[in-house]
Amino acid sequence: MRPFQYARPDSLDHATQLTAPEDTMAIAGGTNLIDLMKLQVETPQELIDINRLTMGEIADTDDGGLRIGALATNTATAAHDRVRSDYPLLARAILAGATQQLRNKATTGGNLCQRTRCYYFTNIDQPCNKRDPGSGCGAIKGIARLHAILGTSNHCIATYPGDMAVAMAALDAQVLITREGEKERTVPVRDFHRLPGDTPEKDNVLEAGEIITGVTLPAPVEGKQIYRKVRERSSYAFALVSVAAVVAMTDGRISRANLAFGGIAHKPWHDPRLSELLVGETPSAAVFDKAADLLLEDAQGYGENDFKIPLTRRALAATLADATGVEL
Amino acid sequence: MMKLEFIVPITINNTAHPLPDDPRTSLLDFLRRDCGLTGTKKGCDHGQCGACTVIVNGQRINSCLSLAVMHDGDSVTTIEGLGTPDAPSPMQKAFLEHDGFQCGYCTPGQICSATAMLQEIANNMPSDASESLDGPIKPTPEEIRERMSGNLCRCGAYANIIAAISEVAEGDAA
Ligand SMILES: Cc1cc2nc3c(=O)[nH]c(=O)nc-3n(C[C@H](O)[C@H](O)[C@H](O)COP(=O)(O)OP(=O)(O)OC[C@H]3O[C@@H](n4cnc5c(N)ncnc54)[C@H](O)[C@@H]3O)c2cc1C
Ligand code: SF4
Ligand code: FES
Ligand code: FES
Repeated sequence: MRPFQYARPDSLDHATQLTAPEDTMAIAGGTNLIDLMKLQVETPQELIDINRLTMGEIADTDDGGLRIGALATNTATAAHDRVRSDYPLLARAILAGATQQLRNKATTGGNLCQRTRCYYFTNIDQPCNKRDPGSGCGAIKGIARLHAILGTSNHCIATYPGDMAVAMAALDAQVLITREGEKERTVPVRDFHRLPGDTPEKDNVLEAGEIITGVTLPAPVEGKQIYRKVRERSSYAFALVSVAAVVAMTDGRISRANLAFGGIAHKPWHDPRLSELLVGETPSAAVFDKAADLLLEDAQGYGENDFKIPLTRRALAATLADATGVEL
Repeated sequence: MMKLEFIVPITINNTAHPLPDDPRTSLLDFLRRDCGLTGTKKGCDHGQCGACTVIVNGQRINSCLSLAVMHDGDSVTTIEGLGTPDAPSPMQKAFLEHDGFQCGYCTPGQICSATAMLQEIANNMPSDASESLDGPIKPTPEEIRERMSGNLCRCGAYANIIAAISEVAEGDAA
């Protein structure tokens, strides 16, 4: 690990000042950042420990929603009474990720900002445009089992690896972001992560000196909530493909279908056309197939990850079947 | 630049220790190298194996992915703090009785993890294996497997590890 200065701000204002320079980074649970610092993928000159700021609260919002503080641990969020009863999708997505030891440290803000698990990104001897812009992408034409099938560019085909944010995208949550001297801005989780384009070094819309203070969930809506995660082993593995769904039925027809997908893109993937297509339909295997056709219309495999295209189709069908009670 | 003065020490197994000068020191290296508590093991150093599991303020964490300087004021329990050869904790005893190990390298992490895990079940915290999020949660083998998935055993002593944990869990329930 490269040497760094360690500082602990005593207020949020102070934290945004300290994290403004390019070479500084905030540290929360440390479960992603320390890992990457050991690999010298991240080499901050200064580490700003935000853990003692009071941002861990989980509280009801005035409009019936829930505000989850940036420092709330994944464990606390998944175990929270209202998350369990009103947003079970979120509890399930968190519990399907990592391990209890990791979730006890992992925070809302850190989980949103966790970096890709692309093997070239985490190995400093390999080319990677995300880690070292302009050095090339090792994964295109290389080992690409974990990689994206939607929204890729010829600079980067990495995936956002997390589960929590996929559930938050389906639930249409908002990320609260603050910077020195400015008032809090709000970004939908659906727009928080970026597509790689020609600047894959930027994972999300956070600017230097910006700190996530929390995430708000809108008031709960009616419908069945499901998180379906497909992975190499049944526990303690990142998603190959995951589907987060809030689906409601009225008089035998689909009346709501809020869907988001993990493991297939540089961000939790949300395609608003799916809801337009599905709402009003009587659920059936044929309808699910049409939704998959639309979702995957521009999907592209890179050899090793070609399997994700049929896998996504089947994971979507299985989730919708489960949500609507249709036998496949 | 603010200079931090660590006036508050870290408490390990009820003994106060001053924090290290180099902020790079992981909690794991601090325990083993600076405090001489070598019961906690380093397997992967990247959060993937669980050999370094310790209990901090009642919660199990991977000590390899935490910096020691971030723990002033915290209370850490390691395998040495759970019990001694003369006075083992119920979990330590059960691992001995059920042969819950072969080489023993993963064992301190398994025992710390399992000890905290039973408390999580007692607190009705759900897992990925829980059928309902509303509880009550029973320490079934499925629950134990899922909740212990962060502790790998290269020797594959899993069957006996589960037997050991189940015995303590049943004792707790009784
Ligand atoms: C072995 C292993 C398996 C895992 N499996 C899964 C899995 O299956 N599913 C899954 O979703 N995740 C998984 N994870 C990842 C884990 O969820 C993340 O490491 C964790 O959520 C990161 O949170 P943290 O608080 O520890 O972040 P940190 O490591 O502290 O920080 C991560 C990044 O976020 C930034 N940051 C943190 N807080 C803020 C804030 N408030 N504002 C602005 N920036 C901030 C930091 O600067 C840093 O860049 C796994 C991790 C490991 C090591
Ligand atoms: S896919 Fe992205 S992260 Fe992976 S090597 Fe290519 S540029 Fe780097
Ligand atoms: S040494 Fe910490 S998890 Fe392997
Ligand atoms: S007993 Fe050898 S690794 Fe578990």
